[in-house]
Amino acid sequence: MAQAANGRPVLSVRDVRTRFRTPGGGVVHAVNGISFDLHAGELLGVVGESGSGKSVTMLSLLRLLPEPPAEIAAGQALLEGEDLLALEPARLRRVRGGKVGFIFQDPMASLNPVLSVGYQLVEPLRTHLGLSRRAARRRAAALLELVGIPAAESRLRDFPHQFSGGMRQRVMIAMALACDPKVLIADEPTTALDATIQAQILDLLQRLRRERGMAIVWITHDLGVVAGLADRVMVMYGGQAVERADVRSLYARPQHPYTRSLLRALPRPDGGGRGERLASIPGQPPILGRAPDSCPFAPRCAHAFARCREQNPPLAPVGADHAVACWFDADAGVPRAA
Amino acid sequence: MRGCPVQHEPLLAVENLTKHFPVMRGVLRRQVGAVQAVDGLDFAIQPRETLGLVGESGCGKSTAGRVILRLEAPTAGRVIFRGEDITRLEGEALRRLRPHMQMIFQDPQDSLNPRMTVGSIVSEPLREHGAAKGAALRERVEALLEAVGLDPAFANRYPHEFSGGQRQRIGVARALALHPEFIVCDEPIAALDVSIQAQVVNLLKELQERFGLTYLFISHDLRMVRHVADRVAVMYLGKIVELATSDALYEEPLHPYTRALLSAVPTHDPEREARRTRIILEGDVPSPAAPPPGCRFSTRCPVAVPECSRREPEWRTLRPGHRVACHLAE
Ligand SMILES: Nc1ncnc2c1ncn2[C@@H]1O[C@H](COP(=O)(O)OP(=O)(O)OP(=O)(O)O)[C@@H](O)[C@H]1O
Ligand SMILES: Nc1ncnc2c1ncn2[C@@H]1O[C@H](COP(=O)(O)OP(=O)(O)OP(=O)(O)O)[C@@H](O)[C@H]1O
Ligand code: SF4
Ligand SMILES: [Mg+2]
Ligand SMILES: [Mg+2]
Repeated sequence: MAQAANGRPVLSVRDVRTRFRTPGGGVVHAVNGISFDLHAGELLGVVGESGSGKSVTMLSLLRLLPEPPAEIAAGQALLEGEDLLALEPARLRRVRGGKVGFIFQDPMASLNPVLSVGYQLVEPLRTHLGLSRRAARRRAAALLELVGIPAAESRLRDFPHQFSGGMRQRVMIAMALACDPKVLIADEPTTALDATIQAQILDLLQRLRRERGMAIVWITHDLGVVAGLADRVMVMYGGQAVERADVRSLYARPQHPYTRSLLRALPRPDGGGRGERLASIPGQPPILGRAPDSCPFAPRCAHAFARCREQNPPLAPVGADHAVACWFDADAGVPRAA
Repeated sequence: MRGCPVQHEPLLAVENLTKHFPVMRGVLRRQVGAVQAVDGLDFAIQPRETLGLVGESGCGKSTAGRVILRLEAPTAGRVIFRGEDITRLEGEALRRLRPHMQMIFQDPQDSLNPRMTVGSIVSEPLREHGAAKGAALRERVEALLEAVGLDPAFANRYPHEFSGGQRQRIGVARALALHPEFIVCDEPIAALDVSIQAQVVNLLKELQERFGLTYLFISHDLRMVRHVADRVAVMYLGKIVELATSDALYEEPLHPYTRALLSAVPTHDPEREARRTRIILEGDVPSPAAPPPGCRFSTRCPVAVPECSRREPEWRTLRPGHRVACHLAE
């Protein structure tokens, strides 16, 4: 698993910033300078609560947001050396669904209800891989089989509404995998699914990662789920990465007050502490109406001091493959030396 | 409260509780079948206990909750509340029962009327049942808002001005208005962020201790259920397949479905995750309109024998307080 950090990353994202103009004349600063690297075969877990900018970050990389109201103000996203944010539309379309597969948060958003599932699978195979109609149909059936849809061949003619919710999600995964992507971006792909179906899909993606060296970005709001899945984790809050680390290091030595509180808010897996209160985080996530000029977590943070309200802490290394954006040194229990 | 083996008179008991929804077809709307949403449940809940009810989407958890509260009439079976058979109550008798049993819903957004102020939402049940009026009503609303950790000054605001967690608190305040003894919590935290879930779970616990409440806690979050429930019932396709104390269920699950379900629960510990083996079930959950014969889990069960698809397993007590419906469990 941990073949991370060898060689050049497949995807290298630097300082992406995305904002939205709202009808009322306001601005939402949804993503404020996100950077990360992704290596072949690696799984990066992206964790954060609702509105922290997980989806907008990833949608920005492939310019899948409507512009306007979205506006990608800065940044670079190098896929095998090619900057996705600077590509012309035609080339970008080839990358989407080709080198990069995307599983969207809402299954119905990416399936066209009036086209058969077979057609939706076959078309990209023909345009991206240049397969003949027959070869594309064969591959489409094989893909459905791969994601665990029985009698795949005969289901190609069916329309999305003829599949159950769990099966639709699997069809979407088949579509994202169709062209053997180098990078798969999975936006909460299993939250709407039942536990036993989730387990099936996790199993499948782990296999593809091992067998084909596919790199995966896995977006979720659940720190529990990524513990067993990810090589590295990026924790997001208020449109920023507040902590980024190797998975073991993150759970053994969480540094950011937000990460620490999130982990304490989870019930203990061994059932201990029943009857005790869970640690909860007071207050609400930020509104993001202004470009951040202070720590976005400061209003909810138990350690906040004057500097936190005056300066936005940058992501700074605190160990091998471990970085945190916080003015407070959680291990020492005192503010970091300036 | 938790794990106490002393048997009191249960607050609530259901016997063979069944709810089928007719499936109609054709211009004459003839009944051609039935969705067997809930099919023969047997269990009891002790006063001040939290019974967790878990299972996958569509297995009948919400339907069970609604039938128990008599928001829907059962197709068969009995519901006994405080020693009284409430299965056939109607009209005024049913209305008099309402204050004692309440429900908290999954989506705080959908369950609150957007055009009513928080004050009128919380006071509605009190006014409807003539429980308080005037200054006493206002005082009661303030006390309720305070009990759920909301500023009483919020009474004049509207639901959309609140966050998800705050809206869920409003729903809890409303459910508490008439001093219920029993509350069905139907996925009360599913729509909330992790950092807010803990706030609501803590609140429910606190209120339980303060007011001696009894909960049926419906959830698909098995981690959270272990944290809140004294005992847990596992449902599959309209039936309870296993019921035990939380510790017994999580430490020594006896039903193959419970085992598979628990093997998928994340532990937020990378070391442990690296060692664990998941039980991967094949296929999808069958339709409750055409459940498989014999054991309903037989089509996906990793250990099934031919007997399983022929004969329905009995609901057996295998250890004290630990019941399971599986031919092979021992
Ligand atoms: N079209 C839009 N117009 C204005 N604001 C938007 C738009 N889309 C997203 N946002 C805002 O951008 C921020 C980040 O949203 P995003 O969808 O990335 O969150 P997320 O982390 O994916 O959350 P979730 O877990 O709920 O999916 C939010 O504050 C959201 O309200
Ligand atoms: N009014 C109704 N008419 C027909 N079928 C219904 C009705 N209400 C529920 N059902 C069906 O009964 C079954 C059980 O539904 P129920 O809502 O109780 O499941 P659940 O366990 O609460 O699921 P979830 O976890 O998705 O909330 C489902 O197949 C559902 O489609
Ligand atoms: S920078 Fe300050 S406010 Fe922000 S998380 Fe660290 S201690 Fe808390
Ligand atoms: Mg999202
Ligand atoms: Mg339900």
